[in-house]
Amino acid sequence: MDTADLPEAETVLRLTGITKRFGALVANDHISLALKRGEVVALLGENGAGKTTLMNILFGHYTADEGQIEVFGKALPSGDPNAALAAGIGMVHQHFALADQMTALENIVLGTRPLWSFNLGKAQARQRITQLASDYGLQVEPDRMIAELSVGERQRVEILKALYREARILILDEPTAVLTPMETEALFATLKKLVAAGLSVIFISHKLGEVQAVSDRVVVLRGGKLAGERKTSEATRRQLAELMVGGQLPVNEIGPSTSREILFELNNISTRSVGGAGLNGVSMQLRGGEITGLAGISGNGQAALAALIAGTLEARGGDIVVHGQKTVRWSPRAALDCGIGRIPEDRHATGMIGDMSVAENVISEAYRSPRFSRFGFLNWKAAASFASGIIKAYDVKCPSPEARVRLLSGGNMQKLILGRALDGDPDIIIASQPTRGLDVGAVAYVHARLIEARDRGAAVLLISEDLDEIQTLSDRIAVIHRGQLSRPSARGELSVMELGELMAGHGTEAGASHAA
Amino acid sequence: MRLEPRPSSSMAATLLWPAGAILATILLSSLLVMIAGASPFTVFWLVVKGAAGSQFALLETFTRATPLIFTGLAVAVAFRARLWNIGAEAQLYLGAVMTVVLGTGAVALPSAGLIPVIMIAAMLTGALTLLGPAILKTRFGVDEVVTTLLLNFIVLLFVSMLLEGPLKDPTGMGWPQSKRMIADAQLPRLIKGKRLHFGFVLAVVSALIVWVIMKKTTLGYEMRAVGHNAEAARFAGIPVNRVIAKTALLSGGLAALAGFSEVAGLKGNLTLDLSPGYGYTGIVVAMLAMLNPLGVIVAAIFVAGIFVGADAMSRSANVPSYIAQVMVAISLLTMVAAIMLMRYRVRWR
Repeated sequence: MDTADLPEAETVLRLTGITKRFGALVANDHISLALKRGEVVALLGENGAGKTTLMNILFGHYTADEGQIEVFGKALPSGDPNAALAAGIGMVHQHFALADQMTALENIVLGTRPLWSFNLGKAQARQRITQLASDYGLQVEPDRMIAELSVGERQRVEILKALYREARILILDEPTAVLTPMETEALFATLKKLVAAGLSVIFISHKLGEVQAVSDRVVVLRGGKLAGERKTSEATRRQLAELMVGGQLPVNEIGPSTSREILFELNNISTRSVGGAGLNGVSMQLRGGEITGLAGISGNGQAALAALIAGTLEARGGDIVVHGQKTVRWSPRAALDCGIGRIPEDRHATGMIGDMSVAENVISEAYRSPRFSRFGFLNWKAAASFASGIIKAYDVKCPSPEARVRLLSGGNMQKLILGRALDGDPDIIIASQPTRGLDVGAVAYVHARLIEARDRGAAVLLISEDLDEIQTLSDRIAVIHRGQLSRPSARGELSVMELGELMAGHGTEAGASHAA
Repeated sequence: MRLEPRPSSSMAATLLWPAGAILATILLSSLLVMIAGASPFTVFWLVVKGAAGSQFALLETFTRATPLIFTGLAVAVAFRARLWNIGAEAQLYLGAVMTVVLGTGAVALPSAGLIPVIMIAAMLTGALTLLGPAILKTRFGVDEVVTTLLLNFIVLLFVSMLLEGPLKDPTGMGWPQSKRMIADAQLPRLIKGKRLHFGFVLAVVSALIVWVIMKKTTLGYEMRAVGHNAEAARFAGIPVNRVIAKTALLSGGLAALAGFSEVAGLKGNLTLDLSPGYGYTGIVVAMLAMLNPLGVIVAAIFVAGIFVGADAMSRSANVPSYIAQVMVAISLLTMVAAIMLMRYRVRWR
């Protein structure tokens, strides 16, 4: 291994031949990995490649079927989270494990001392936490409730929690998925300081840019196997991507748009607030053959707009016009009947029913059509063959149409949702954060399908918090801020900085005139 | 101790875990039997004999299982759609009230017409009883556990009022009981001179129909979708509130059939002790059956067998028949644990 050529760095963690099977699925297939003192190793891989399983084994949440783990030269007993903690391994999960109704300080101290002596060490703890926070750039207010903290702050609390327990090895699972670009920068600065102080970090990610920015070495997993290992400085982005997907990376090319007539219109729509701001006098037009991108900082009304168009949120005022006709009663059913394909923001909560099968999920929007039911009786054969069709056409990795959706990875779930939404070639498509949490391969796939729909003449509304994505795909970009839309700009008309200004709410005069 | 979800459960596991639960129930209740000073082997032998040891015992068990199949189905249907119907008892009683209102001479039809009319009217009564709480739930977010549970007491007092007033049998020597059902309105006995009545057949047929509804129809599909994830169901265009209302109608109607069949098939009139808590026991039955309509038949016969067997046992061994209640309660707990273990693997340390 090319990692052995730094004689001064001791190996703090060594995984040897780790194998984990879930039934017939081999989640980890003889994976070996070594982590040195003072280094950041990025664990790169698509969803379902086995990254999280591997880390769960390391952290004792799962027991490996084969293989050994050595921490600081000592074997780690398997299946015991406390052993991992005691050995100096700290993990920051993608979904934080914090008690909402306790303060940051209490959360950090929680579990480190017996409950009945809880208050005794507070002053001491506060001092240590303040020290750690200033050493590593982890600003938190120790006495605020977790519920009041932003996502970035919560993550800092999680990292402090690990450091407070004297973790020497820190594992971060997709830490940037929930952060704004600025918070991401701050996190990377913190990681650099931690590493300089002699800690070692495993950084789990599927975002190549971040991996390159922060890691010393990249370990790539694919399909549960070790696909390769590279020094970050010696690997190109393209090489890493191809290791990750195991072949040529699909490149999406987006041609010039052929704008057609207006297919969907909102006129002066207002709504109550959901998941952030509500809409406030929003008007917009979607044209066939165009992708309209909606940019904005999270919580500025994107959720309300998506729910409104999907039919799950009622408008307080204004008109929805589809195919030139004003709609009277608007509901999910009405939206479907108008031929709107909808991709919801939250796959698990809104998109799919985890405890039902693939077949049952893909027919959920069309089960009443004569295709799938007659006289109130479902035609399960038709449903199963429809599901098989989607599984094949969209390359969904799942054992059968009868498999529970819960067992699928996020990318595969999203493909099912795409298959369901795009069935029957809808000419209006609303995609809300369609690539959030997906890996490179799945992202490219989703983009390709959206471009395909646009090229055949559909009007696509793409709501995303990823400005790169918006700029790459959109023929027209509108920015949402506090429930109001900016004047839409054509592709390339505004720079990133100018869009950023609109996202921050500067230049609302343009939006106001449009909304009026 | 940690719980790890199992990727899937095999056919064998779905049969073995409940079997294990029954075994655990027997072991745990053996302890109580021993505390009561009897030999568990003798007692369980007597229970089994009392429940299934003779034609009489078996028929009695089936008779007792009949209302439990109906209430078990009512609960299974409702719980499947996450409508927590704790009020099967109330729906049962109001179904029984409608049965005696129409069946004591108010309507004169030949038997083949009268019985279906009464049956449908009773079902509608029970259905409407649960529709109220369901609408309160969907419209105003009122917790149906509270409303359906409290309705049980209201309905029981209402029935008591009826039996002291308008429905009171004038020839009943002052007892709070209704008039007797006319002969044309009574369900036939399955075997001449025995207590087992046509209600048992109705119950089994109902279970089959409910199974078909849940498995094969759009309504069953909607109910399961709403039960598993109402938000996703709504997004997909399933009319969630209407599905909950339909579920309430079906569940309430099934529970009312228990009242109908007890009055028209077994008792012949309505008294305040028509149901020794069949509505509540229906919850146990539905849970034991893991909400499977066909499983409800088996679970109801099992629970009924324990009750009937324990009655017989307590007469010969000196152990109170309360042991039946304890056994049913334990079986619920072990079953809930077994369902958990079927879905999750326990990892120690």
